[in-house]
Amino acid sequence: MEYVPNILFAIALIVGVAYFTRNVKKLSRNIKLGKDVDVSDNKSQRWQNMARIALGQTKMVVRPVAGIMHIFVYVGFIIINIEVLEIILDGLFGTHRLFSSLGSVYNFLIGSFEILAFLVIVAVVVFWIRRNVIRLQRFIKPEMKGWPKKDGNMILYIEFVLMTLFLTMNAADSQLQQLGAEHYVQAGSFPISQFLTPLLSRMSESGLMMVERTAWWLHILGILVFLNYLYYSKHLHILLAFPNTYFGKVKPKGQLDNLQSVTNEVKLMMDPNADPFAAPTTTDVAAVPEKFGASDVMDLNWVQLLNAYTCTECGRCTSECPANQTGKKLSPRKIMMDTRDRLEEVGKNMDANKGEFVPDGKQLLDDYISREELWACTTCNACVQACPVSIDPLSIIVEMRRYLVMEQSAAPMELNNMMSNIENNGAPWPYNQMDRLNWVNE
Amino acid sequence: MGEQLKVKTMQEFMAEGKQPEILFWVGSAGSYDDRAKKISRAFVKLLNQANVDFAVLGQEESSTGDVAKRTGNEFLFQMQAMMNIELLNGYEIKRIVTCDPHSFNTLKNEYPGLGGTYDVMHHTQFLKELLDQGRLTLQGETYKGKRITFHDPCYLGRANTVYEAPREVLAKTNAELVEMKRHKTTALCCGAGGGQMFKEPEKGDMDINVLRTKDALETNPNIIATGCPYCNTMMTDGIKAHEKEDSVTVLDVAELLANSI
Repeated sequence: MEYVPNILFAIALIVGVAYFTRNVKKLSRNIKLGKDVDVSDNKSQRWQNMARIALGQTKMVVRPVAGIMHIFVYVGFIIINIEVLEIILDGLFGTHRLFSSLGSVYNFLIGSFEILAFLVIVAVVVFWIRRNVIRLQRFIKPEMKGWPKKDGNMILYIEFVLMTLFLTMNAADSQLQQLGAEHYVQAGSFPISQFLTPLLSRMSESGLMMVERTAWWLHILGILVFLNYLYYSKHLHILLAFPNTYFGKVKPKGQLDNLQSVTNEVKLMMDPNADPFAAPTTTDVAAVPEKFGASDVMDLNWVQLLNAYTCTECGRCTSECPANQTGKKLSPRKIMMDTRDRLEEVGKNMDANKGEFVPDGKQLLDDYISREELWACTTCNACVQACPVSIDPLSIIVEMRRYLVMEQSAAPMELNNMMSNIENNGAPWPYNQMDRLNWVNE
Repeated sequence: MGEQLKVKTMQEFMAEGKQPEILFWVGSAGSYDDRAKKISRAFVKLLNQANVDFAVLGQEESSTGDVAKRTGNEFLFQMQAMMNIELLNGYEIKRIVTCDPHSFNTLKNEYPGLGGTYDVMHHTQFLKELLDQGRLTLQGETYKGKRITFHDPCYLGRANTVYEAPREVLAKTNAELVEMKRHKTTALCCGAGGGQMFKEPEKGDMDINVLRTKDALETNPNIIATGCPYCNTMMTDGIKAHEKEDSVTVLDVAELLANSI
């Protein structure tokens, strides 16, 4: 009987990790639905970007209040993981505070975890107030109605509860240590939970043990639940921010890719020796893409899909967007949320159909992202600049415009006029090319 | 008609068997738009003053295709790009200077992938070079004591991280430079990019240029300086919307310098 807790713990751990692994596989499969894109260039720049932007949080602190609060939660999350390691080992081996042999180092670690846990609680409370009391503009935009709002609050509640459990566990533990309870070694320092101990001072030893064990179990089970909540929430950024900043754009922001498939055709058109009636060779057939631009998620590249899963809906992009600020429908955050929602829909479709996607009569264009949104973009890169984790909403907008123009000839009329002017007289306005130098003598 | 400008085409250089120091890429706006033509003229006045041996393509120049690319017409963009590249490579052009950040961006970043690699500069960068080398000097009286605020064009600033050159050049006019609350990386777009210049905006509650001009007017300027012909149009219209056209003018950096020599 004495091994029952160990076995139960092992089962909980295995189930939690296995279910998470299953979802990670799904995530990776969905991302790979995107087209291939070469990201093997600029390795050192990419590592630097990851270190600076994800690890170093440099773009978070552009907005100091949210930035510093976020660093509390971020550092808390990373550092407290050392404690989670101890909890897991204790759980498996039936030990108690396995690392306590580290002595003063251990005391320092536990003390700093407590301070971090407290700072996390402070940050979480501030975040909750910003979302629900102050109601900052960017948290109450139309795309945040319903699930996204609940999701945001849910994450804060979970974090609050986890940190409270951690501190309660320590408070009960330190009290038990003072009572000299068996099994409770003298270890750790408790700069924060000491303020909770008075609440427990009148409890019996068995009562305290009850509190300590309950808090311990709920804390670790809560962490396993939270791990599995990630895939269903916007919170995946805690993992994906790292690859996303690595694979993010390393070229100047103004540089759009040149479509290779178009280059091949244009070269053929401009080659005076090309035979326009020649039967396409096999290599040519392979080079012709099925489609120009993107009307659905499978037409985007996998980095753009990774972007969609990485987005944590903070809305900095949208709050910097000139179109959004002037009341247009476009919201770069919504572009990312729509891309993810559609990708999830495609993934579920595949799950239900033995891994094959069965056309469902829907697509990213029109069913999720409207043309009005796409045409409102000024390509100013404010959204790209604002994103703290190197997401590029603009690249998706341009890719979808390409589909509208090159596959559907569906640009707004004024833009069609502009384009035919360029075709006919080499300028977006209807002026004669012979008059190009008239300005010199005017 | 203003003063006589010295402008030679690449064809003329070829006929003489010479190469110019730079090619001035005028761009469609600089060639045809009435307001932007004045910017082209102001820039050439400075080039003449500094004795820069420059050429233009004249009737051989054609749209870079930038706006076609940004509105999704990759075919048209690449057609234009390859035509231009054929011409530029034929003339063995090495260095290009342009007053249009959109041309600057596409020539610098997007043409190399299609076979056209040049040293491309925005005119504010080239003017800074001329001033630094002492080839161009300003008397610095015209704008002394005037308040100037510089609006960062998206395709110069965020797109290519050129923030300092226009400011350093403006400082040489001895004007008082004042920054808008949102400037450099956080500068608000004027509303013209991505093809918006050529269409009506989508439904909303304000026009972007009116909002951006509000940013500029909050600095209480005499002059709003720009480095882009499209920003110039948008800000000028914005000034009218705010009914400030009598007290505030919109001028390109090149014009401010040309008035200071």
